Formats: sequence, C-alpha cells, structure tokens
Amino acid sequence: MENSSDPASPLLEVRGISKSFGAVRALQEVDFTLRAGEIHALLGENGAGKSTLIKVITGVFPRDAGIVRIGGEEVAPRSAKAALGAGIATVYQEVNLLPNLSVAQNLFLDRQPMRFGIVRESEMRRRAKALLADFSLDVDVAAPLGNYSVAIQHVTAIARAVDLSARVLILDEPTASLDRHEVEILFGIMRQLAQRGIGIVFVSHFLDQVYEISDRITVLRNGRLVGERETVSLPRLDLIRMMLGRELAETTSARASVTEHKAREICASFEGYGKAGYIAPFNLELRHGEVVGLAGLLGSGRTETARLVFGAERADRGQATVEGAPVRLQSPRDGVRHGFGYCPEERKTDGIVAELSVRENIVLALQAKRGLHRPLSRREQDEIARRYIKMLDIRPADPERPVGLLSGGNQQKVLLARWLATSPRLLVLDEPTRGIDVGAHAEIIRLIRELCDEGLALLVISSELDEIVTYSDRVVVLRDRAHVEELAGEAIDVGNILAAIAADGAATAHEGRA
Amino acid sequence: MTALLPRRGLAQVLALIVILAIDRIVSPQFFDLRLQEGRLFGSLIDVLNRGTPVALLTLGMVLVIATRGIDLSVGAVMAISGAIAASLADSHGLPIVLAAALGAGLVCGLWNGFLVAVLGMQPIVATLILMVAGRGIAQLITEGRIVTFSSPDLVWLGNGSVLGLPVPVVIALGMLILTAAVVRGSALGLLIEATGGNARASELAGVGTRAMILSVYVWCGVCAALAGVIAAADIMGADANNAGLWLELDAILAVVIGGTSLFGGRFSLVLAVLGALIIQTMNTGILLSGYPPEFNLLVKAVVVLAVLLLQSPKLSGFAGIAMRLRRTKA
Repeated sequence: MENSSDPASPLLEVRGISKSFGAVRALQEVDFTLRAGEIHALLGENGAGKSTLIKVITGVFPRDAGIVRIGGEEVAPRSAKAALGAGIATVYQEVNLLPNLSVAQNLFLDRQPMRFGIVRESEMRRRAKALLADFSLDVDVAAPLGNYSVAIQHVTAIARAVDLSARVLILDEPTASLDRHEVEILFGIMRQLAQRGIGIVFVSHFLDQVYEISDRITVLRNGRLVGERETVSLPRLDLIRMMLGRELAETTSARASVTEHKAREICASFEGYGKAGYIAPFNLELRHGEVVGLAGLLGSGRTETARLVFGAERADRGQATVEGAPVRLQSPRDGVRHGFGYCPEERKTDGIVAELSVRENIVLALQAKRGLHRPLSRREQDEIARRYIKMLDIRPADPERPVGLLSGGNQQKVLLARWLATSPRLLVLDEPTRGIDVGAHAEIIRLIRELCDEGLALLVISSELDEIVTYSDRVVVLRDRAHVEELAGEAIDVGNILAAIAADGAATAHEGRA
Repeated sequence: MTALLPRRGLAQVLALIVILAIDRIVSPQFFDLRLQEGRLFGSLIDVLNRGTPVALLTLGMVLVIATRGIDLSVGAVMAISGAIAASLADSHGLPIVLAAALGAGLVCGLWNGFLVAVLGMQPIVATLILMVAGRGIAQLITEGRIVTFSSPDLVWLGNGSVLGLPVPVVIALGMLILTAAVVRGSALGLLIEATGGNARASELAGVGTRAMILSVYVWCGVCAALAGVIAAADIMGADANNAGLWLELDAILAVVIGGTSLFGGRFSLVLAVLGALIIQTMNTGILLSGYPPEFNLLVKAVVVLAVLLLQSPKLSGFAGIAMRLRRTKA
C-alpha cells in the first residue's frame, strides 16, 4: 500500500483547468479529482474534452489557467517525460512503444542496466521477466514487442509506466482493440494496481466496461465538467443524459404536428440492408420532404449506416430501392448517380479538397456526375459557384479562395453546395453542425428544414439530441451497431431517445463483442 | 498572402531569362541562329532539340505527380520502346514501328497504374519495380547489343525538320498541345487535381479516382515511349543500358521546378515543360562554357535547392512577415 491511501486527500487534484485553441474553447474551468487506489472513468462524447484534459494534465499542451496537484503538491509538467517524473504515466490507445525493439528493451528504454558503458542484456532480461511476472505475464522478453498482441503491448506499456514509479496511470481507450478475454486480463491488472494504491484514470466509450471496472465517473461535455458520481449510484440512463446533455421531457419535435408523412412518396428504401461485422441488417425508408434523424452514442453505427446508404461502403446483404426500382450501391459513384449526396463527419479529411478553390469544390460532385467528356465551362462553374455562395451565404464570398482558408461553418456550406449543385433526391449529413460556430449552426439547421420543404429526403446524424428532435420527422435510434428503435411524430423527444439508447445495453453489448 | 507572391509562372520565366542571360555571357554566340538547308541551327535550337525527351517525359510525369504519385520507370520505358523501335525499324514500316513502341509504353503504364490504383501500392515502390525490370526487358530485346538501324523514316523522326524546326521539337510541341487540350478541354484536369488534393474526399464526391490514377500512369508510359523512340531515332540505334538513364530524375525535377508539388494537387503542363527547358538551358550552357560536365550536377542541385526554397511554406512565411513589417513601417 502507498502512503497516500487516505481517501480524504486526493492523489491527483485538477482545479479550474481552461484551454483554448485559437477561438475554440476546448476546456473551461474543469475540475477533476482522483483518489489513490481508485479506478476513475473519464467519459464524454467526441469533442467533449477528454483527450485535451489528459494532454493538459500530462503537459503535452500548456494550460491557460488552473492548477494540478499530485499528493497535495502543485506540479506543472512541460512534457510527457516531465509528467512521468511527477508520477503521471499515460498509455494511449495506440501503444507508444517501439515494436521493433524487444519487450525487455522497451521496458528499460532510456534506463538500461549498464556496466562499463555496455548494456547488460542478461540483467535487463532477468529484470524484465521479473517485472512482467508481477502482471502474470510470461512471454519471451527477448522477442520484438511487435510480435505480440495489442493486449500484451498494452500490459508492457503499463508495466513500464508502473516500474517508473507512476502513481497516476491514465489509460486512454485501452480496450478499443482488445477482445473480451484480453479485456478481462487488463481489468485484472487494473484492479491489482488499484489495490497497490495507484490511481487509474480510465477513458472509454464502452459503458458496460465502465460499469464493470470503475469506482467513480466524471463526465465532460463541450469542454465543461458535467459532474462526478459514484458509479454504483449512477443509473445508466442518467449517465447517458449527462453525456449527451439536455434534461428529460424537454422539447418535443417542432415537426411532430406533421402526421401525414405516411402519405409522402418513398425516395429510397433499404430492406434487410447490412454488412457483417460493420452494422446489423436494418430496414429504412426515406421519403421525399422528410428528415430522418439517426441518434445513438459514438460507435453505435450511425456513420456506418450513412456510409452504407450512400454507397461508400458495400452492403453484403439486403436490397436497396430508389424510387421503387431496385439498385446496387457499390461505390460513392453509384450513390451519386442515383441522386444521393453525402457530407461526411470528417470535413477536412473526407470532405473538402483544401487546396482547390471554393468554385472547384462546389462543382466537383456535379462534374464527377456529368463525366469527363461533358466538362462544365468556366462560365457555368462561375455561375454555379456564385449562386450557391449567395444562397448559403458563404463567406468570404470569393469563389477563387482556396477552401482550406475558410472557417469550419463555411466549409460545411461549401460541401452542402457541392451536393445541392447535383440536384440530389437524398442528402446524407453526418454531424453537419459539429465544430461550427453558433451562428452558422442555426443557419445549417434552418437550411435542413428548407431543403426538406422543397421535397428533398434527408438522413441526418447528430449527437445533439435537441437538434435532432427539432428537425426530424422520424428518429432511428442505434445501439451496438444495430437499429434498435424508430420514433415518429409525438414520440420524438429527448427522453424517449435516451431511454432507447440506454435500454438493456449490458446484455447485447457483451454478445456483440464476443 | 497570395497577393504578395508573384503571379504563377513568373518565377519560372524569370529563372529561364536569368539562365539564358548567363549562357549569353559564357557563350557570346548563344542567341545566333542561322538557316541552313531549310533548317534552323544554333544553340537555342539545340536547347529545344536536346530538351525534347525530358519535355515529353515531363508531360506524363506532371499528371502523375498531380495525383500525388510518381513514376520512376520512365527512363526504363524509354529504353524498352527504343529497343523495340530499333529492332523493328529495318523490317517494318514506320506506323507499325511506332504502334509497337508506343503500345509497349501503354502496357508499361497500365502495369504501373494497376499496381498503384488497383493494388494500392505506394507509387514510388510500384514504379521502382519497372524501373529495375524495364532495363532488363530492354536488354533482352536487344540481346545485350547496341541495335542500330538505317530506316530513313525513323531517322527522320530524330533528325528531320519541319518548317525549319527539328522534328522532335515539333512532336513535343504537338504533344504539349494535345495533352493540354485533353486535360483542360475535358474535366480531367479538375478531377486529377481533386484526386491529388484529397483522394478520399474526391472518391466520396463521386470522382472515379482509380480511373484517374490509372489513366495518368498510362499517359506517362505513352509519353515515355515516344521519348524513347525519338532518343533512339536521334542516335540511329538503341542502347538498352544507357537510353533514358536517370532521365526520370530530370523529369521529376522539371515538374517540381514547374511549381507542381510532390504532394499532388494543382499542376501546370506549360510550366512543367518550361522546367524541362530550364534544365536543358543549364545543361547546354555548362557545355558551352567549357567547364567539365561534372559541374552540371552541382549546378542542377543548386537550382533545385533554390526552387524548393522558394516553394517552402516556412520561407514564404518569413517572406510574408518581412513584407508586412516593411508595410507597417512605411
């Protein structure tokens, strides 16, 4: 047992941490407390600030405000190495060790046992063996680390950290690439370390695992602390509500009055559509003049659904139908040909071509659809660019500016323009309002409504439940890579969505990963 | 920021003028032209004529590089097509010789494109395969000898003249116009730039990125084959060991001097060919100056460094700051 086992004095104390990147406030006055010997889950959706908090604590990013204390003593590490000196070790999802070196060399990198300036290989191996034995791991320590599974690499990284006298161990998504058995091994080691008085921060989006292993939970949302709770006294539904925000029984759909949606014409439908290991087969009908929202936690299969519908990923079962005729969607080209458009979540990597101008980005999909031999003349391109810059109020209104120089909100509008220029029948929008300032946010939502009123079919993914509730005519709820519920009309409210997300997660999640 | 930088192409034109001026100093007769037997002679014509193979390679290379690829095999493809042309020249007519040689280039390009676009190999490795194997194939065709020929048709391709200009120069000019017409006259240019700028995004926008990539490697192979035929016609023989040796590097250099980034995206055919001319003007100047040709390599290296410094974002960042400082003072 460590000397700091008194629960009253926290092992790691973070007070009032703030951090901004340019105009984006990534963390605002966040507090976090870790006791010795506890496993503390740090939760939040994408962009909540978990990674930023970890990086600020470990000195990877300098902080703008706030203090960090370890064992009551204030520390301000300037680098991950300095943080390790202060007793904070981090093991990331992508293990940051050297796969080409041996397990022993990785364990003792930078501090190999030496004699007369020569590394004592045998001594190092002996000590490596002994160290790993503590973790009930018996492997050939002379073999390259890369030969072993991710789980063993994780344990090696943890062993190294603990041996470097870490008192605080931060595990960032350690189970993301482990199978069920490996997770058990890792959890065993985590419990063992907690017994020895080490404080463990566990970042994960697997809620079952959080409930299984953690003592307490801290939830962040949009860079702010939402709250800290004892795991046993926090029902799953409350946890999800904390993560996604919004109180229950709030705003019902502004569009709930629209009940005649059954009468609307079907634009595209998907029956038993799915892909093994990607998303479970689902049925989905998309109608003209209707917004269908996709709700669920990160990794629940929302983006996967969007990609299958658009054709960015090939389904291995089921039938897609467009305007009543069966179609095959094998590639994005097929999707585009059938009048679909897709604004992906990762604007920068999957959406814009940063170097090309606003004009070229806008005409890209239309030109691809028309084919090589029917080029849009420069005059037509200028005309299209001007029209959409005006219609969507893209700023600055300069069609020749490289799109990479625009703000996130304007880049999103350029992507919308790219698809609108193709006169689509169906638009798939994946997190269209993420990372966009408030003004543009409202505009995008207004646009979604307008497009819908013009008869477009829309499939929209969003983590903002109140947003989904505002514009959706129907909401499909996903959990564990399957469509679990469809809400329509009066039934669309935040409470129902949360309940559907939270319902009976434990049983299905275990089967899903096994 | 962009307003501070000179207009596109200005740097290359200036570089060419400076090098021409230096050539004029080391060789006072540099700009002299004379008409003899209906054909122009002079150092300038020499530059154009000697620069033809690299200029042709550049036409394909610039498109490949625009898709964020690279083709190291063009020198070897020159050797193959040269060997084929030389072997067939005395037994077949020019159309068949050309079809066989260019067809071989097309197949080579298809092979490269298949490896890169379909199998997803890294371009530098994928084309390295043909760079090594291609020269072997060429040697197999020539059976290790230097194959000579005397077919007047093929010789004309390398040494004849049209309207006073050497035939190779006319061919290169024609290919430049043809390539520009195809690439900029259709949507190919935009789609290639989009593919090179962001392949994932372009794919999701419905661009057939694989077809784009495949087609630029095919075109690169055809251009290289044509360069190989002209190089063989020039010396009336095919030397599998030396034809096109290291020219892939000159072609890449020309593209880079022409302002196309190795990271893909925006490209300019004309500026890339201008880059090839800049390289040849340097080569000719050094030859005329009487310095040993070894200097050629050093001078080339210095020019590359200068061009890359001009293009480096860090440096233009400094330049931007300096300009702003000056403006605030003023």
